[in-house]
Amino acid sequence: MASEALDRALDRLDGAVQAVRDAAQSVANGAADHAQVTADAAGAAAHGVSGGAIDPFIFRFAIFVLAIFVGYYVVWSVTPALHTPLMAVTNAISSVIVVGALLAVGISSSGFASVLGFIALVLVSVNIVGGFMVTQRMLAMYKKKEK
Amino acid sequence: MSANFAAFLYLVSGVLFILALRGLSHPTTSRRGNTIGMVGMAIAILTTLFLAVPSFGHFVLIVLGIAIGGGVGAYIARRIPMTAMPQLVAAFHSLVGLAAVLVAAAALYSPTSFGIGEVGAIDGQALVEMSIGVAIGAITFTGSIIAFLKLDGRMSGKPIMLPSRHAINAGLGVLLIVLIVALVSTASATLFWLIVLVALALGVLLIVPIGGADMPVVISMLNSYSGWAAAGIGFTLGNLALIITGALVGSSGAILSYIMCKGMNRSFISVILGGFGGDQAAAGTDDIDRTVKQGSADDAAFLMSNASRVIIVPGYGMAVAQAQHALREMADVLKEADVEVKYAIHPVAGRMPGHMNVLLAEANVPYDEVFELDDINSEFAQTDVVYVIGANDVTNPAARDDKSSPIYGMPILDVDKAKTCLFVKRSLGAGYAGIDNTLFYKDGTMMLLGDAKKMTEEIVKALDA
Repeated sequence: MASEALDRALDRLDGAVQAVRDAAQSVANGAADHAQVTADAAGAAAHGVSGGAIDPFIFRFAIFVLAIFVGYYVVWSVTPALHTPLMAVTNAISSVIVVGALLAVGISSSGFASVLGFIALVLVSVNIVGGFMVTQRMLAMYKKKEK
Repeated sequence: MSANFAAFLYLVSGVLFILALRGLSHPTTSRRGNTIGMVGMAIAILTTLFLAVPSFGHFVLIVLGIAIGGGVGAYIARRIPMTAMPQLVAAFHSLVGLAAVLVAAAALYSPTSFGIGEVGAIDGQALVEMSIGVAIGAITFTGSIIAFLKLDGRMSGKPIMLPSRHAINAGLGVLLIVLIVALVSTASATLFWLIVLVALALGVLLIVPIGGADMPVVISMLNSYSGWAAAGIGFTLGNLALIITGALVGSSGAILSYIMCKGMNRSFISVILGGFGGDQAAAGTDDIDRTVKQGSADDAAFLMSNASRVIIVPGYGMAVAQAQHALREMADVLKEADVEVKYAIHPVAGRMPGHMNVLLAEANVPYDEVFELDDINSEFAQTDVVYVIGANDVTNPAARDDKSSPIYGMPILDVDKAKTCLFVKRSLGAGYAGIDNTLFYKDGTMMLLGDAKKMTEEIVKALDA
């Protein structure tokens, strides 16, 4: 995945180099006006490499990596007494995959995809409602000593 | 709703999920954390519905799906006994895994609705992400089903060892990678379903050889897998909430697996490779004095009522015997007689992380009387009576003293350092790991042979008398 994104960036770089070469050749040929046009193209290509055109995947991946670190620190701070509710609630929130099921049922162009989406929707709904409710039920049991 | 605004809302819901986990750092903030999690989920669902507005017919279908699933979920959540929590969590993991597979399949057949290209010409990058998500999802699905069957007792906890299983698993793993590469270059639906099939088989083969004693690790590991599967699908859909959640759940499960492995002094690799926890009884070392002192409920009541400090060490056997309520009663009677009562919990007591704490909480044991191994282990030396109920291997001094023991190096509760150790047990058999407990033969140990619940109830009666 990462290599593909890099490859694409490299392709753009190649394009820019090619444009610069073309420009140089044009200058050599004495066609100044033509050179101006190709130099602009080179500039645009270079812009494509440096700014504006980083693959969205890189941003998503950055968020993913940072979220792993956030998760690492947050989960270590969870008290061991609550590890079972932790598993139940992580289970419930991982059902946010429901967004995929909703897209499949809601706006899919293929009937088969809608059917798959519907099954997924039912399954994760079990998980969302069941997961949050059972967590709530467990957490309600944790009481302090009566003094 | 614009795609940018929707992405922002997905980010909000991801942050709310982080806060939900943060709340679990203390019992008092945990309930609010759970509510925050629900709000995050509601935001994610509503955002999706506003972003991709379905037609009325499809909307009805969506409401129907949520109603059916939600109804079943609510019913299960109300009815499930707390002892069955490990099975329930395993079953829930399998649902996330299967949902990941189904959503990926839907994306394959209707790529336009997910913005990843046209049928037959799906973006290569999306295919890579999708196939990773689907492979992990399928492994999670069948793996969790096997874990569910083992935890629920519908399948023996003994490891099932196929000949040359490592070679088979490695072969399937390589095949999976080859199939994924082929899928990315062809986008063929047949290859997609082949990946699903291979991953489903791999899920079964990976979990089948793992013994019952290692189930706490397995269930945490599958928790982690379900997170990575969700993250894979999150990349395909370019959905921030899903990516953040997948990363959170993935690292959460990984940390829990690590804690469980450390609690058993096992390496993660050796758990995955499986084979531990059968009935390979360790060779009995006959150089120690093998006489056992037995006692009655009256003896136990006498010892405890004359003690000033009692520590209770519960294990999975307590849950099986449903003795937690009787145990709480016993503690109440002792506390009224001005005996200090505490509970000590080993990290791997029970069948999942924190399982004992939930069971004690259900029996109305205040959470500030319950202590983790590191916090209470130094107190055993100043304790008059330890009441071990349904725990065995986690109290075995051989893990500390006997280098030849298979569990040597495992952190244990030092119950043998207390003046008297009352050990409730059905019979003098070996523990779950199949290892003889040298604690039984120590001078300060009194065995209370019988059912954990009955024995505890008899002690309560004797204390009241």
